[in-house]
Amino acid sequence: MAEARTAERAAQGEGHPSGDERFALLDKTLRKARYQQDQLIEVLHVAQDLFGHLSEDILIYLARQLKLPPSRVYGVATFYHLFSFTAPGRHSATVCMGTACFVKGAEEIVQQLEAAHDVRSGQTTEDGELTVSTARCVGSCGLAPVVVVDGVVTSHQTAESTLAHVGEVLAKEPTEAST
Amino acid sequence: MAEPIAVLSSRYDVPDAHTLEGYKREGGYSALPQALEIAPGDLVAMVKEAGLRGRGGAGFPTGVKWSFMPKGTGKPTYLVVNADESEPGTFKDRELMERDPFQLLEGIAIACHALESERAFIYIRGEYLFPGMRLEEAMTEAYAAGYLGDDILGSGVNVHVTLHYGAGAYICGEETALLDSLEGRRGQPRLRPPFPAVAGLYASPTAVNNVESIANVPWIVERGVDWYKSLGTEKSAGTKLVCVSGEVKRPGNYEWPMGATFREIIETSCEGMLDGREVRFFAPGGSSTPLLTAEHLDVELDFDAVAAAGSLLGTAALMVYSDKTSVVEAARNWTKFYEHESCGKCTPCREGTFWLSQVYDRMLSGGGRPQDLQILDEVCDNIFGRSFCALGDAATSPIKSSLKYFRDEYEHLVEHGRLPDGLEPHAGIITDNAARHRPTDFAQPATVRAGSLR
Ligand SMILES: Cc1cc2nc3c(=O)[nH]c(=O)nc-3n(C[C@H](O)[C@H](O)[C@H](O)COP(=O)(O)O)c2cc1C
Ligand code: SF4
Repeated sequence: MAEARTAERAAQGEGHPSGDERFALLDKTLRKARYQQDQLIEVLHVAQDLFGHLSEDILIYLARQLKLPPSRVYGVATFYHLFSFTAPGRHSATVCMGTACFVKGAEEIVQQLEAAHDVRSGQTTEDGELTVSTARCVGSCGLAPVVVVDGVVTSHQTAESTLAHVGEVLAKEPTEAST
Repeated sequence: MAEPIAVLSSRYDVPDAHTLEGYKREGGYSALPQALEIAPGDLVAMVKEAGLRGRGGAGFPTGVKWSFMPKGTGKPTYLVVNADESEPGTFKDRELMERDPFQLLEGIAIACHALESERAFIYIRGEYLFPGMRLEEAMTEAYAAGYLGDDILGSGVNVHVTLHYGAGAYICGEETALLDSLEGRRGQPRLRPPFPAVAGLYASPTAVNNVESIANVPWIVERGVDWYKSLGTEKSAGTKLVCVSGEVKRPGNYEWPMGATFREIIETSCEGMLDGREVRFFAPGGSSTPLLTAEHLDVELDFDAVAAAGSLLGTAALMVYSDKTSVVEAARNWTKFYEHESCGKCTPCREGTFWLSQVYDRMLSGGGRPQDLQILDEVCDNIFGRSFCALGDAATSPIKSSLKYFRDEYEHLVEHGRLPDGLEPHAGIITDNAARHRPTDFAQPATVRAGSLR
């Protein structure tokens, strides 16, 4: 089913061939920004919140969507210190802290994640396995609270369900899909 | 003898001053209805007459800046509030936005009316997530209650505010770089003229003002020009939020009327220096302002008085260092900052800050040579006045001033390969002065803090 949705979106010129759902979230942000080129920095913020860093792939994707030359996107992204280009931990869990998620207990999720894995949000565990971060709003308020784990959007989360899910992901053998 | 005063900071200790209810209960939004009755031109004249000078560093008269804005250009007019606050030592705007965000929003509404502008942008530094959150909440409430939006308070005046997060670049505090950044580009300064007042954001007339400057505006309207002028000195009216850091007992933000002396501020508000330490040097207004020494402690908080003493009031970020601290190490620290933050647009600053930083590293690792002092002097002379924007000039401030007042420390360093006895590189890093005037993390949600700032 997920593949069908991805294919549908790809047919509309949206989404990413890899099927990584984070690109769909990025598209939402782009739509909200009405694809205006001067919104580049705002969009980069969201992209970094979602992916933990800005890979070449993401930058090229944004350049295409905003109809900007890749050099411009790269030039802007590298100018600002808050953007990073190296991958954080092998797995990632991004908790959305937008208003809808926040009122439904996103903060509790972050606290429990931090406590369980002895890491602070925005940082990576010492063994480089897990990066925990927060995003300002990933634009899926109807699914609140949202946690994006390794690029997969998980909806209606609680602290327990998130911990269980992240635990499963960490226990899995390294695969190509993990970031 | 000046006394501390609470005008801009009068609601700081009210726990719910950041909500509309708390703000109004404490007298907020009494200026806006008055201001909406006043014609825009008269408001500009009032601010000019009150003598408000920009709090972002340069001290340019705010009313005069507003009067430069052309009318009837057929283009929109913009107000841009500079909340980038990245000058080392400066943290006044952060506390203002966290504790009293409506004060800024009320000021913005009045300023927009005065400028006949329908849209304001707040450019807030990317790290300021908590103040940003406070502002977002306040904006939501203000829109819902009709203090922002179309036809505010039934006056026919429209004011819309957009909050924009920076992404970590000191240079974006410079007003023209800020405008480029707002337009989604690399934040690099623009050639002037044209000045932003004529061709700023999207080539339209734009007023760029600091947060604290705008927060002064409701007070001028509400209490009147004469009251405002009665605070402060003849040429520097009003009060000033002073951010004190360094080796004092109680660092923090303190509001004082202009005209108070640095000694009064350190002794009264900060309860003096840490035990056993005496003032050796201080920066009166952030790292971009030349250092002063203990003999300048009686200089007044006043743009012209500080300039006469050979420095600048800047943002009034008072960084105080003691007789235990090496000025060469402090200057290296600031130089590294400017090297890192140079935007790279012009050669004197881009290359110069790099070489300065190399010379400091060489000297402080014991490999200094007598000619290094001359190299520092010469590189500074080649940067100062030859850079594209004021960042380059600022980079030379700590170096030139420390060479002027503390050449003996430099000479000792290059001669003996080490600092003079009794001076420590990092005496500024201290843990026993953490007692704050106000707790700064009072209602801060655990998830919005430095750790989540990437
Ligand atoms: C390198 C550099 C950094 C600056 N950073 C800031 C800043 O963070 N906040 C600010 O208000 N002004 C900053 N300024 C000053 C602005 O260019 C501008 O003068 C100011 O925002 C005007 O507002 P005011 O007239 O209300 O002071 C900076 C200037 C330079 C050259
Ligand atoms: S002086 Fe420095 S910061 Fe300013 S334009 Fe030149 S390189 Fe950029």
